[in-house]
Amino acid sequence: MSESETNESETGAGVTGAGRFGTGDGGTLRLRPPAHRVNRTAVTWWRSRILLTGGAVVAVLVVLALVLPGGARFWLLAPAAGFAVVTVVAAVGMPLWWYRVHRWEVTGDAVYTRTGALWQEWRVAPMSRIQTVDSERGPLEQVFGLATVTVTTASAKGALTIPGLDRDLAADLVHELTETTQATPGDAT
Amino acid sequence: MTGRDDPAATDAAATGVEAAGTTASGTTASGTAASGTAASGTTASGTAASGTAASETTEPGTAAPDAEWRRLDPRTVRVSLLTVAGICVAAGVPTGFGIASTSLFWALITVLPASAAALAGTVVVEGVRLRRTRYRVLADRLELTKGVLVRTRRSVSRDRIRTVDLTAGPPARLFGIVTVKIDTGEQGGSGASSVSLYAVARGEGERLRAELLDRGRGDGRPATGGRLATFDPRWVRYAPLSIVTPALGAAAYGGVLQVAEWFGLQSGVIRWAIDLLGGLGLVGGVAVVAVVGVVIGVLGSLALFVEMWWNFRLDREAGGTVRVRRGLLTVRSISLEEQRLRGVELVEPLGVRTAGAARVDAVATGLRSQGDEDKGDRKTLLPAAPRGEADRVAAAVLREAAGPTSAELTRHPIAARGRRIRRALAAAAAPVAVLAGCWWLFSSPVLLHLTWIGAVAGVPIALALAVDAYRNLGHGLSGDYLVARHGSVRRSTVALQRRGVIGLTARQSLFQRRRGLMTITATTAAGSGAYSVHDADAAEGLAFADEAVPGLFGPLFERG
Repeated sequence: MSESETNESETGAGVTGAGRFGTGDGGTLRLRPPAHRVNRTAVTWWRSRILLTGGAVVAVLVVLALVLPGGARFWLLAPAAGFAVVTVVAAVGMPLWWYRVHRWEVTGDAVYTRTGALWQEWRVAPMSRIQTVDSERGPLEQVFGLATVTVTTASAKGALTIPGLDRDLAADLVHELTETTQATPGDAT
Repeated sequence: MTGRDDPAATDAAATGVEAAGTTASGTTASGTAASGTAASGTTASGTAASGTAASETTEPGTAAPDAEWRRLDPRTVRVSLLTVAGICVAAGVPTGFGIASTSLFWALITVLPASAAALAGTVVVEGVRLRRTRYRVLADRLELTKGVLVRTRRSVSRDRIRTVDLTAGPPARLFGIVTVKIDTGEQGGSGASSVSLYAVARGEGERLRAELLDRGRGDGRPATGGRLATFDPRWVRYAPLSIVTPALGAAAYGGVLQVAEWFGLQSGVIRWAIDLLGGLGLVGGVAVVAVVGVVIGVLGSLALFVEMWWNFRLDREAGGTVRVRRGLLTVRSISLEEQRLRGVELVEPLGVRTAGAARVDAVATGLRSQGDEDKGDRKTLLPAAPRGEADRVAAAVLREAAGPTSAELTRHPIAARGRRIRRALAAAAAPVAVLAGCWWLFSSPVLLHLTWIGAVAGVPIALALAVDAYRNLGHGLSGDYLVARHGSVRRSTVALQRRGVIGLTARQSLFQRRRGLMTITATTAAGSGAYSVHDADAAEGLAFADEAVPGLFGPLFERG
């Protein structure tokens, strides 16, 4: 389904040590990263999201500091400066980390995802248990031509999310998953 | 068929012509004046002509033999009346005394007419409500129409009905009626998926329950009924060990102070208590207050347990349901379709566990809490009982020969203990740090003492709980069930049907990755939606997950 985003599995695992389990001897069972990365544009999307959120907080603090009398100014500007630094660092680092970790794969039997950074999660939902497949595009995602696909099962806690997919790829994926799950019998519970 | 509300039928009901003899107990509601007849009781007065009203049930399409519209039991009015009378006494007497302290005349002239108005209002409202509420059971669905100004009609597909619960409080039991709650167990839209009938005759309630739940599914299982567990009065001894005891003790003091505050006597009560206990010194006084609180808590938790669980019975019924019946004053009947059962959870709160007891909860789909008073207890299949009995009941409910909850479990690597100890120490350090900070700011000697007492007492407790939590970790397979155990303050052993697992999650934090640990979560449509094996050895945990639910993670496995 995705041509440009496949089979880069070996390049992304290094920095975080993801995929390294157990004591590391030969023969230890472990999970490999799912095959597909998300779209490269997602890095820009994540980055803008962090900058916008952090920027809004900093802006509020700065505006308050300008409006309020002098005594409070330092106590507003100091956290604003700290927050600005954290935002910039996060905006540079986190999207790259996320891009390395976020993977997805669809086989004939199941959907796999890997998400997170500090806490990494592999999730799997078998086709026979999938209930809904949604694709969602927030305002920022629309700007970058991206979409987020969410796959839910009958469990309250079993949803899989694949963020930052190319818009057309997401549409194809939703279509394909819907077809497959409709063809699979069972009441999914 | 008449899917819409039929004006002719409504008119017929308003003029008192009804189908008679539809309720199983033989009680027929009838009469002319809304309030008068309903209040006058069970004697079947008036003409029970099955003419006009019955005719609308005989249109083509409603092939079921018992498709007549049925009504609620007229004795409901008297139960409501009794309830309202109780409220009037409970609220009126203190109010009356309050006003009578200034003027007896005003007390009588306000309280009595208000009570009379409330009672008369109840008779009218309930009479009209009963008159305007009808239901019928068709071959494929249950229909209910109700409402006076806004007529609502609800149709519930019988395939979707998951639970039929019967409840009867003391007044209802006196008059032999029960409230029937029919629920489809669907998530969201709480009102739309449930139908509550307040109230029908006891026999009619039982009949509805049997009729709606017994769908005679041929799923190959032996359709035999039988008793799974019976109440043992000795179980009462576990009741005071629950968290309810200190909570009730504290609530009692809070209640006294609250009532005193209404009458402006709060400081008086406190002064009176200080005078009374003054001779005992600070430590003695605190001890007396604590002991009294514990005694009240123990008595309260005993009373609560007895009211909830007296005469408890757990049965398997021929229709493929498991049924819990219990209650001393308010009797409840809770049904659970076996088809929806995905496993059981053995719950052992610390106090109960020290006494060697455990509770059994059902892990079932569609067992949504209904927001009423016993929402947490609807899933409980067995109250705190000796561990052996709990294991036996768990196995019996699941139809397993060997109890999955008592299976030998795989221990987790020692690194998991370190995680627990670090977490517990951090939790113990937080309040100590706050106290130390306060002491640094205010330099009060009391805070200094609190700080070191907190540190000295908190650290050993935290360490003990952490080590216990580590020793409780375990996972394994037993027959068709995946078993996972964790927790210290609330130890939980869940046995989850392997084909009830609808997804897997493998989770690792940075620290878990370093130490080769992994938390594996099985998601399911039942219970809380996800059950975890915490901090298992990563490779062993993955192998376990693959054995429990074959092939799910399979394509992602590699050896490295």
